[in-house]
Amino acid sequence: MGELTEKQKAQALKTAQSLSKDKLHDMYTKMNHVRAFEDKVAYFFSRGMVHGTTHLYSGEEATAIGALANLDDDDLMTSTHRGHGHTIGKGIDLKKMMAELLGKETGYCRGKGGSMHIADLTRGNLGANGIVGGGIPIATGAGITLKLRNEGRVVVCFFGDGALNEGTFHESVNLASIWDLPVIYICENNQYGMSFSAKKSMNVDDLSVRAKAYGIPGVTVDGNDIFAVYEAVKKAKKHALKTGPYFIVSETYRFMGHSKSDANKYRSKEEIAEWKDRDPIPRMRAILVETGQFTDSELDAIEEQCKQDIEEAVKFAENSADPSVDSILDDVFAPSN
Amino acid sequence: MREITYAEAIREAMSEEMRRDESVFFFGEDIGIYGGAFGVSVGMIDEFGAERVRDTPISEAAIIGAAAGAAVSGSRPIAEIQFSDFISIGMDQLGNQAAKMRYMFGGHAEVPMVVRAPAGSGTGAAAQHSQSQEAWYCHIPGLKVVIPSTPYDAKGLLKTSIRDNNPVVFLEQKLLYRKKGEVPEEEYTIPLGKADIKREGSDLTIVTWGRMVSMVLEVADALKDQFSIEVLDPRTLVPLDRDAIVTSAKKTGHVLVVHEAVQTGGYGGEIVATVADSEAFYYLDAPIKRLGGLDIPIPYNPELERNAVPTPEKIEQAIRDLMA
Ligand SMILES: Cc1ncc(C[n+]2csc(CCOP(=O)(O)OP(=O)(O)O)c2C)c(N)n1
Ligand SMILES: [Mg+2]
Repeated sequence: MGELTEKQKAQALKTAQSLSKDKLHDMYTKMNHVRAFEDKVAYFFSRGMVHGTTHLYSGEEATAIGALANLDDDDLMTSTHRGHGHTIGKGIDLKKMMAELLGKETGYCRGKGGSMHIADLTRGNLGANGIVGGGIPIATGAGITLKLRNEGRVVVCFFGDGALNEGTFHESVNLASIWDLPVIYICENNQYGMSFSAKKSMNVDDLSVRAKAYGIPGVTVDGNDIFAVYEAVKKAKKHALKTGPYFIVSETYRFMGHSKSDANKYRSKEEIAEWKDRDPIPRMRAILVETGQFTDSELDAIEEQCKQDIEEAVKFAENSADPSVDSILDDVFAPSN
Repeated sequence: MREITYAEAIREAMSEEMRRDESVFFFGEDIGIYGGAFGVSVGMIDEFGAERVRDTPISEAAIIGAAAGAAVSGSRPIAEIQFSDFISIGMDQLGNQAAKMRYMFGGHAEVPMVVRAPAGSGTGAAAQHSQSQEAWYCHIPGLKVVIPSTPYDAKGLLKTSIRDNNPVVFLEQKLLYRKKGEVPEEEYTIPLGKADIKREGSDLTIVTWGRMVSMVLEVADALKDQFSIEVLDPRTLVPLDRDAIVTSAKKTGHVLVVHEAVQTGGYGGEIVATVADSEAFYYLDAPIKRLGGLDIPIPYNPELERNAVPTPEKIEQAIRDLMA
């Protein structure tokens, strides 16, 4: 069940071999950074050490990391409420990210945003979003900028299966289509929007058919196979730069509950176990060993390093100060010219 | 008397009205087996089934618009929006459609619908999940706006809202969901447009609503040896019980308005104007004062978040300034 199909595996091996060891090292590191980051955040929440709520990305890592491995620093991205994976994939300072989760002055948003609003404009990360579907028009508008500037850059727009049913999706993709905008729309179909299964919220099995309605290409990929995601987005990027928008549905699954409070009443233990069998991290690891590009001990070392990096980030965050209450009125408006 | 939580009171009101009237149905995101993001509707799908307790896709414009459509065609829908912040996604349907149909059609339509949604800060959910936007809805003729501060009020007002023949925006308070209060077993309703004096006093009137009511009451009790404070909860902002406010202002001669919503453009201004252009003006011993939230989005850090809205300290300070 958890295995890649023969065909998929052959393609994964081929893709891995086409990538440099450095690149793969970076991708495997990011996969493990996400997992370790989420494990730590889950621990904080279970102990009531962080306030608010959070949406964890564990199990979905291959989608963000595989997709964003195609992007350069000056390409753009919009993320979602479940944004930690995208944020790490786009390139981030883990310390400032952890500090933001703990609401510290040293955090990305100076403690004002928290988990759902991390953004790093210096790296093309236009922000996580508390509004389902809220990032889709933003990505589309960023696509206009890139089109006007014509600098060969693209926007990647992440959103969930649930967001497909917001009006913003329809309005935005149509706009991108008629204006040939360089936007890659990636629907992370983790099978549920909170408690509502995608099978019940939409009467289509293959969600990529929606692309047809806008006259743009649409494909579905195994979102737990980082190499499949990588190849799909590579193709999409070429298309976006030459022709216009592209729609990808990445089939995946969230291992944890929807948010901090979730009794998982709407899905079965068996289903969760089945998907855990397709964990994207061991899958990637197996390919890297099979191509001979990495030894097991090298990969163990990466995993260990990632856990340490997270511990360092926690230390930094815990030793950081809370923002001063005097800063509360800052940054409502940008200064006038 | 028995005590139940604010969330249970809301569930009881919906369930009783659904038993009483076949045309009432309930829909929204994750309200079925999940029981709603705040557990308000736990168990309702078991009693009423998936036809009358409908889980929707994440589509707020369609939810609010469909409520209007269902209402104008003979149903009495209750629509839940998971956080009141997302009502803005359905704002056209609420403000341009539901609210205006009756008037535009020359009085020939009735739009009996309720949009229930949790409002307010204090949960660490940051800028897009913590707002108090009641003033937006109050500024649209044709909408009624209800904000209950106790389980008792929540139940009685929701039952009346469901029976009302107009669109009602029913703003629940996240931080009150688990708070208990006395609610009789027997059936009762509370009329819209009737304020409640939560505490009688003779020196100062504080007009306040939602989660601020209990905070103001605590401060009033703590200061009882210095000031006799009357706490007036309008409970419904539209219709507004202007008479009750004017009467209280005439009695005490001092008026403070406290609300969690951003102060600028907040509904507190309407309360102030109500007093200022009534005969109560001649009874005032001091300028009317407002204490609202700061003019900022709600920040994430807990201490910043607490300070973004009125606190017991700020309320006490405002009272002292006004009475000085
Ligand atoms: C406009 C809006 N409606 C509802 C919510 C509450 N909510 C947050 S996440 C979520 C589910 C989103 O599902 P999906 O888009 O599939 O993303 P996933 O959580 O599965 O990653 C819901 C209903 C919200 N944040 N914004
Ligand atoms: Mg989903």
